Amino acid sequence: MKSFRILAILLTLGAAALVGSAPARAEEGPDALIKRISLEVLDTAKNDKQIQAGDQQRIMQLVEEKVLPYVDFPRMTALAAGRFWREATPEQQKQLTAEFRDLLKYTYSGALAQVRDQQIQFRPLRASPTETEVEVQSQVLQPRGGEPIQLNYRLEKQASGWKIYDVNVLGAWLVQTYKGNFATEISKGGIDGLIKTLAERNKRLAAGAAKSAKAAS
Amino acid sequence: MTRAGTAGALAIALALGGCASTGAGNPQDPFESFNRSMFSFNDKLDQVALKPAATVYSDVLPSFVQTAVNNFFGNIGDIWSTVNNLLQGQGENAVTGVMRVAVNTVLGFGGVLDISSEAGLVRHKADFGQTLGRWGVQSGPYVVLPFFGPSTVRDTVGLPVDIYGNLWNYKYPVRWRNTGTVVRVVDQRATLLNAGNLIEEAALDKYQFVRDAYLQRRAGQVGAPDSGAWEDAEPLEPAPNPTIQPKPDSK
Repeated sequence: MKSFRILAILLTLGAAALVGSAPARAEEGPDALIKRISLEVLDTAKNDKQIQAGDQQRIMQLVEEKVLPYVDFPRMTALAAGRFWREATPEQQKQLTAEFRDLLKYTYSGALAQVRDQQIQFRPLRASPTETEVEVQSQVLQPRGGEPIQLNYRLEKQASGWKIYDVNVLGAWLVQTYKGNFATEISKGGIDGLIKTLAERNKRLAAGAAKSAKAAS
Repeated sequence: MTRAGTAGALAIALALGGCASTGAGNPQDPFESFNRSMFSFNDKLDQVALKPAATVYSDVLPSFVQTAVNNFFGNIGDIWSTVNNLLQGQGENAVTGVMRVAVNTVLGFGGVLDISSEAGLVRHKADFGQTLGRWGVQSGPYVVLPFFGPSTVRDTVGLPVDIYGNLWNYKYPVRWRNTGTVVRVVDQRATLLNAGNLIEEAALDKYQFVRDAYLQRRAGQVGAPDSGAWEDAEPLEPAPNPTIQPKPDSK
């Protein structure tokens, strides 16, 4: 009886692992991945009425489902924290990653809320098939004219597939841009000070998102 | 102490004071304290005058009027960009620029309609600071200019040339020229309203964030010229299940 139960648990865990992970696509290249999630997100944002009305919580749901599973936040946070990462305790690292993840989620959702009629173009990937770190280049065409918005991604090949660890918008890499902000906050109040600042910012952004959800419904 | 000596000592004191204020000083920003105060000045000016004007412009004027204004001044800007692309040896971009200006001016009622963009002729914006950079001039330290905003020493030098190359600055009567310039600036600000809000949310230290992002962006604009074509604006196949399932409210 006991072994039967163990077997059942193992099978359930195995099944859950298969279902829980991103749908297995045979060797999806990094450019195919970016293309897929970009178009999925854009299509959904354009067609969902509540998103068009400005419901930011809906957008965050969309972002959680379609984009965030493919982002390597621990690596991104470690890169932005630079040499301070090694000085942080594992608990601080976990908290910092969680707060940074939330900040990026809110700001990315804020950006998506502006989507109306944009189109995305992609550049063919110039990397050998054996490379484990690539850069995928895309640009967003504005319906109002003006210059297209540059949007590049740095991905790393990991066991569970390609993961994004840096994003470039309009020529500025996210990690590089946040490095200065992080270093200043850490020099002012240590890593805990940085975590606290991020937490306060996230609380403010969450309140804003809740307001937009009410306004849109 | 002589007056010059006092002024010099004051300047050094200010500079040193600036160096001591933040722990993480960017080596490309030795004028940080000056830049910070200029940034605050621009920010205040923006909050008090420019942003409200741009918000009213954006809310009140019908969007086709805003697009027409944007196109009109964009067309004039394209002329100077084309000159710069030529100076940089970007032949293909220069040819595209000439075609853009020709098509938009002749068929677009003096630039009010942006037919070229719809026809696939992409705008390749170029300014003289970028040209200097492509010719090998180093950017020099970061400088925040009053009204104009983030710049570098090299780009500040290039700015008068940009002003010289802007044909609108030769428009008579001067009343029209000034009104036009104000409208152009307000329109530009209106296109950046959403981006400005995003930076408010995303940045922990706004000055630093804008500086670090600007310097990267500028380096990219001056660095490698456009390489390779963009492909494929259309999705290859429609995305499966484009709508998300609303989650039951269980947190």
